[in-house]
Amino acid sequence: MDIACVGFGPATAGFLTTISRGIAANPTLESKAAPGQPPQVLCYERADDVVFGVSGVVTRGRAIRATFPDFDPAQIPLAGPVTEEKLIYLLDPHGASRRSLPLRAADGLLRLLRAAVRMRHQAVELPWIPPFLRKEPGFVLSMGQFTQWAASQLLSEGNVQIWPASPVSEPLVDGARVTGIRLVDQGTDAEGRPDIGFTPGMDIRAALTVVGDGPVGAVGQHLDRLFGLPEGNARREWALGMKMVVDLPETTVLPPGAVFHTIGYPEPEIFGFLYVHPGRVASVGIFVPSWFDSPVRTVWRYLQHFIQHPYLWRFLKGGRLRSWGAKSLQESGRRGEPFLALDGCARIGEGSGTTNSLTGSGVDEAWCSGVLLGQAVLELWENGHPFNRVNLKNAYVARRRASWLDQELQAAERARDGFERGFLRGLAGMAAAGLTGGRLLLPFRRHPHRGPATLEEFCRRRLRSAHVEALRTNCRIRNVPLHDAVMRCSGWPDIACDGQLLVSLQDALLLGGKVQAPAGFRDHVRFRDAAICRACQDRVCVEMCSGQAIAPDEDGLPAFDREKCVHCGACVWNCTAIDEEGQSNLIFGAGAGGLHSAEN
Amino acid sequence: MNPLHIVVCGSVVPDPLQTIEPLAGLAGPALKNELLLPAIFDPWAAHALYEAAALAKQCTGSQVWLVSLGPKPKLQQVMMSLAQKGAFTPVFLYGPAHGFADSHATAAVLADAVAAIHGIDRSRLLLFGGWESASRGQGVTLQMIGERLGIFDQFQGVDRFTVRDDGSFEVWERIEGGKHLVSLCSGPPALFGWATGERGEPRNDPQMGMKNMRSVLPALQQAKPASLAADGLQYLDVRLPSQQRATRVVRDQSPEAIAEEIFAWLQDG
Repeated sequence: MDIACVGFGPATAGFLTTISRGIAANPTLESKAAPGQPPQVLCYERADDVVFGVSGVVTRGRAIRATFPDFDPAQIPLAGPVTEEKLIYLLDPHGASRRSLPLRAADGLLRLLRAAVRMRHQAVELPWIPPFLRKEPGFVLSMGQFTQWAASQLLSEGNVQIWPASPVSEPLVDGARVTGIRLVDQGTDAEGRPDIGFTPGMDIRAALTVVGDGPVGAVGQHLDRLFGLPEGNARREWALGMKMVVDLPETTVLPPGAVFHTIGYPEPEIFGFLYVHPGRVASVGIFVPSWFDSPVRTVWRYLQHFIQHPYLWRFLKGGRLRSWGAKSLQESGRRGEPFLALDGCARIGEGSGTTNSLTGSGVDEAWCSGVLLGQAVLELWENGHPFNRVNLKNAYVARRRASWLDQELQAAERARDGFERGFLRGLAGMAAAGLTGGRLLLPFRRHPHRGPATLEEFCRRRLRSAHVEALRTNCRIRNVPLHDAVMRCSGWPDIACDGQLLVSLQDALLLGGKVQAPAGFRDHVRFRDAAICRACQDRVCVEMCSGQAIAPDEDGLPAFDREKCVHCGACVWNCTAIDEEGQSNLIFGAGAGGLHSAEN
Repeated sequence: MNPLHIVVCGSVVPDPLQTIEPLAGLAGPALKNELLLPAIFDPWAAHALYEAAALAKQCTGSQVWLVSLGPKPKLQQVMMSLAQKGAFTPVFLYGPAHGFADSHATAAVLADAVAAIHGIDRSRLLLFGGWESASRGQGVTLQMIGERLGIFDQFQGVDRFTVRDDGSFEVWERIEGGKHLVSLCSGPPALFGWATGERGEPRNDPQMGMKNMRSVLPALQQAKPASLAADGLQYLDVRLPSQQRATRVVRDQSPEAIAEEIFAWLQDG
């Protein structure tokens, strides 16, 4: 075929929309793979449907609006304009979060001046939102509904095809040229051995392979291993985002389009959000970053504490969980950018470094990267130029460098380095970079690359080493993760499940997740060397797993259960066993199934 | 063996894994957030399609048509997956997928669509479908399509279908107690409402998908809206059955202990 795309997210949707319009506008464009036919453009998506994406989306939507000048959010379920926006500092009502001395002093001061700063419900609404954070005039979206809408537009035009339930295992590479993709084998056992109905993964040859498979996509990872990253680039900053979609109580006073950005709780490093969709529905979630150095950084437990913060709970109490999901975010942005153009291949979307961690925005940026590549490809096609590295660099990378996307990514490049030195310094660094468009960067020295702290280091102000060791031993005997025991001993209250909104993670999988794991595919999470896992002390992969799909087995080794995996990919960047070539002991490959939730 | 003309009737339905909530609308009952729900091909009819594709391979020269009713965008999406599962020629009708349409009216439009298929040979016709539906659980639609088409050899709950050397069929119909009723049918035309059959879901075949898409896109463009008159049907109330959920994760509990706990829970209730 002519163009094979990997992954159908906002970036590929933007690319395909641009290409589809180009094909419609220029009937003389001819396929090189099937002469006489229009260009053959296919997209292979891992998930079972184009509607199963996950993201907490509030966006200014500049690129989306540029593509659809008459964009009307009312045409998309759960979409609506932003009507009011607040930035809120949440204090800790339990005294359990790990706050530095200066931050505790600042909290004390706020409590002292509660009337003057209008502190209510253990929170302070900041009187001003920095312009770089502001999303007005934008809109709230459900990622799944947006991609479903975009796919419907594309399919009705009939110029491109989208194939869901088609995981791609790897790129086909001949020397330095990417020549296509290989779909995963079907009819295998969990180890990948041929089983009933074995069908080897088909090779799809294409003149251009467009890789938009996200931050932890198998094809993107494979290309990064083969070609490396440009000199000086690295992927160090990650986050795991987790969200709930909630039916708000009938008595809610929150208007559609209300947007809250939060900082300060449940840990200072954890940012949160609440967006109100039309129809008395809200998305609420948190981002737990890689620079939060807890080795027991359970996002689910923190999310439950977050929604119960008095400022938010007054809106959410009595609500009901509709949906739930999680995803990894590649927060290195431009510093984590791979080679955008290769011979026969181009990278777009989050895996190409489009997420802007300063503005907290990624969907519109991803869409923009897809549109820019689409314009470049049409230009090359119309001029009869091949899709080699030089041509793609001149047509695509040059467009990207000249765009607002790249300018804003440059401004964000070092904006959050301060968080490695503390919450307040991080905020100061963000403010300086954000308010000056990246011209003023506070000189924070970054730590050399390292994983989370050991549990003893992390708990040193609260728990003695002997206590930590006793907890570890006890949890190993019971074969359970450590996070609940550590948080309980650190002062976090237990979660009083109500069966509606406060539920166990396993109930969330049933109520809001609906994970599917079709038989006949190899497990997409595998461990290279069991001895390394056995020797691993803190097993962050177990602690941070969004769905408890990685849990200790009877031998104490992490074991993977595909029927609980939501494909968030947190395990791959939380594995602390990194070899000399930079590879972790955990493989996160292409897998079928995953969340069947249409509202995330 | 003579080539067969196999028509599979199967509709697009809301994904049963989603939270599906009926509500009373001005124009009758509907589903809450119907547009938002992802769609799938009706699982019962999917088994029928897989069996039809396998049968067509077995009987050289046979053809398979898929007659499907659903909202246009959902049909488009579902076909991207279904087209990889077996070779078929699509015939589409636009209509609702919420499951509240009158079965009688649904059967009428589907029967008309089958009768209008160009080149179909009634003497070779096998009508396949699901014996149940994930949305239209009455299990009567297929039967009424057959009656409207004058097909009176009807089998429901079919799990196995074998073509014999003389062109007759051996049919296994599911009955109570995990048993099957085995019948002989002299030949087409006949109707088969499939249960789960004995085949698993076929592997995705991307080449098959691309081949099918050549006919799927024109069929989507040519599809007409189905007129589903309520014809006096009235719904007095629509609601979800009440349910309770109490989930615990327990390891290594014996079946006896689990049974005792369930028994005790039932007694408490």
